[in-house]
Amino acid sequence: MANRIDEQLARLLKKGQKALIAYIAAGDPTLDATRALAIAFEKAGVDVLELGVPFSDPLADGIVNQMAAARALESGTTVAGVLECVRQIRRESQLPIVLYTYMNPVYQYGFERFHADAAAAGVDGLLLLDLPPDEDQHSAEFSVQSPLRRIRLIAPTTPPERIAHLTKGASGFLYYVSREGVTGERSDVAESLAERVALIRQHSTLPIAVGFGISTPEQVRAVAAHADAVVVGSAIVKRIAEHGAEPDLAEKVAALVAPLAAAAHAGAQAQ
Amino acid sequence: MIDLAALPDQRGHFGPYGGMFVPETLMTALNELSAEYERARRDPAFQQELAAILKDFAGRPTPLYFAQRLTEQLGGAKIYLKREDLLHTGAHKINNALGQILLARRMGKTRIIAETGAGQHGVATATVAARAGLECVIYMGAVDMERQALNVARMRFLGAKVVAVTAGQATLKEAINEAMRDWVTNVRHTHYILGSALGSHPYPMIVRDFHRIIGDEARAQILEREHRLPDLLVACVGGGSNAIGLFWPFLNDEGVEMIGVEAGGRGIQDGDHAARFQGGKLGVLQGTKTYLLANNDGQIQLTHSVSAGLDYAAIGPEHAYLRDLGRIGYDFATDDEALEAFQRLSQVEGIIPALESSHAIAYLLKRAPKMQPSQVIVVNLSGRGDKDVAQAAEILLKGGPR
Repeated sequence: MANRIDEQLARLLKKGQKALIAYIAAGDPTLDATRALAIAFEKAGVDVLELGVPFSDPLADGIVNQMAAARALESGTTVAGVLECVRQIRRESQLPIVLYTYMNPVYQYGFERFHADAAAAGVDGLLLLDLPPDEDQHSAEFSVQSPLRRIRLIAPTTPPERIAHLTKGASGFLYYVSREGVTGERSDVAESLAERVALIRQHSTLPIAVGFGISTPEQVRAVAAHADAVVVGSAIVKRIAEHGAEPDLAEKVAALVAPLAAAAHAGAQAQ
Repeated sequence: MIDLAALPDQRGHFGPYGGMFVPETLMTALNELSAEYERARRDPAFQQELAAILKDFAGRPTPLYFAQRLTEQLGGAKIYLKREDLLHTGAHKINNALGQILLARRMGKTRIIAETGAGQHGVATATVAARAGLECVIYMGAVDMERQALNVARMRFLGAKVVAVTAGQATLKEAINEAMRDWVTNVRHTHYILGSALGSHPYPMIVRDFHRIIGDEARAQILEREHRLPDLLVACVGGGSNAIGLFWPFLNDEGVEMIGVEAGGRGIQDGDHAARFQGGKLGVLQGTKTYLLANNDGQIQLTHSVSAGLDYAAIGPEHAYLRDLGRIGYDFATDDEALEAFQRLSQVEGIIPALESSHAIAYLLKRAPKMQPSQVIVVNLSGRGDKDVAQAAEILLKGGPR
C-alpha cells in the first residue's frame, strides 16, 4: 500500500537529495498553530513532519520538548484532538506525517483503535518511544496490522547483533539517535556517525534518519553527508516557544526551517 | 501453587504486566544488567560478599518483635513487627542498595544515580556509594526535599549530590523521569540503582530478590517463636519493594493471607490519593505495564499522600499480577489514619514508624481486633520515623489529624 513517507523519501533519494524531518509538539501552543505550522513547513521545504503527541511524563525528552508537551497539555490537547488536527492538515497538504509519542496515551486510547483512527486521519507513520520490538513482536496485543509505518529507534549503544533485530519489523525509515541522551540541541555532531550509519546499512535497505541534537544548517549538512534524512526538533520547538503568542508564528518558524531544509536537500552534493 | 520460577518470564513479564517499555537507548544497559545479575546470583562469591555486608554493615538479621502491649490493647491476633526500621540508614532500602552496588562494581560502572521519594532509598544509595568510593547523584522532587529535609542533609553528608526536580508535581515520579534521563545520557559508565520493585525489567525482579531476605528471615523467626506460620502479613505498598520482599517467601503457603496497604491520601478522589488499585487503570509508565493513575487520555494524574515514599502513580507489576491471582489483597489507609497509627505505635510500643510503614500499622489497627488471640500477624515495619518527625510535628501539633 502506498505511503506518503515511502514515496517522499524515494522521490528525494532518486534526485540525490536528503530529507529534512521537522519535529514539533502538537498543540504547542495550540492545535490551530500546529495546523498553520504544518502548512508553512511544507512550503518551507520540510519533507516529513514529526508530530509529538504530548504526554505528561516524556522521559526520553530534554527540557525544551518537556516544556512544549506541558504547554500542549495546558492548551487542552488530547490524542483525539491531534488526530483531528491531522485530518484538517490533510485537507490542504499531503506532507508525510509521523506521530511521535509514548505508550500510555496510545494505550488508553486503545492500541488498535489508535492505529486505525490515525491511519484514517491521514497519519503515515508512528514512533512509540517506549515500545521496543522486544515488547510488540511477542505480543498479540501490540502487533496490529496497520498501514502506519513503524519507525524504530537505533541507539549509539545498540550492539551490532541487536540492529538486525530492530530492523526486522521496521518500515518507513530507521531513526538513528545520534547521541546518547535525551532530545535537545548539541554543539557538535557525533564523530562515530559515518561508521554507525554504514553498520546499519549492512542490515537494512530502509532510509536512515539521524536525529537528537541537530540544530543548524551546518550540522544538517554534516549529517546529510551520511544519512538519508535529518531530524531537527528542539531548535524548532525553542523558536515556537519564543514566538508562541505572535500572529505570524508560522512564518517566523518557517524562516528558521527553510535553510535547514535547503541544507538537507543539498546534502548529497556536499559529500 | 504459583510457579515462582516463572515470575517473571524470560522477558520480564508477570502475566500481562511488567516488561521493558523503555527507549532503545536503555535496552542495551538493561540487557547487560540482566545478564550480569544472572551471573551474580549463581556466583557463590557474590552471595557470600552480599551476605557478609548485610550482616556486618547493614545489621541483618533484623528482629521479629512481639508487640505485646499493642496486641493486648487491640485484643485480637498476636502482633509481630519485622524490624526493618533497625537496619543501618533506617529502612529496608539498604538491602537492595547493597546488592545493586555490588552489581555496579561487577559491571565496572564508576558512577551511581538513583531517584528517591521519602529519601530512604537516596540515603541508602548515598551510603553504599560512599562505602564503594563511587560518585553518586540522587534525583529528588523539590516538594519531597522540603518534607524530607533531614534525609537531604544526610545524603549530602554522605557525599552525594542531590538534584532537585521541579517538573510536574515535583515528587517521586518526576525524580524517576529525571534519573532515567540522566541514565540515557550517561549509560556507559553509570549504574541506576532503582529503589523499588517497579520500572523496566530486570528491576522489579532484582529489587524483589534483594528484599526477599525480609520474608526469609521472618518465616524462620515466626516458625521458631510460634511453631507455625502467620495467618496474616501486612506491608505498605508504594512501588511495593518492602511488601514483595516480605510476601515472596510465603506465596505458596496457602494459609497465609497477605495485604498490601496503599496510600489513601485525603480520600479516593482524583488527585487526592495514591491507591492505584482503587482508582487506577492498566497502562504503561516508566518502563513497565501495570496499574496506574491516569486520565482517559493517558496523562498521568496527580497523586497525594502524606508519605513521600507512597506518593507515586504506579504500582510494581508483580503486585498487579499477584492481585489478579487473588494471592495478595490490597487495601488503603488515609493520611489521617496513618498519622494516628504513627502516634499509636510510638506511644504504645516505643517505636516511631516511618509514615510509609504507618499505613501498614493503620490497617493493622483496624484488622487485628477482628481476629482471634490464637492467630498471628506479621507487619513489616519497613522504616523508622526519624525522617518524618518534623513533618508529623507540623501536622499533629497544629491540632492533630483532622
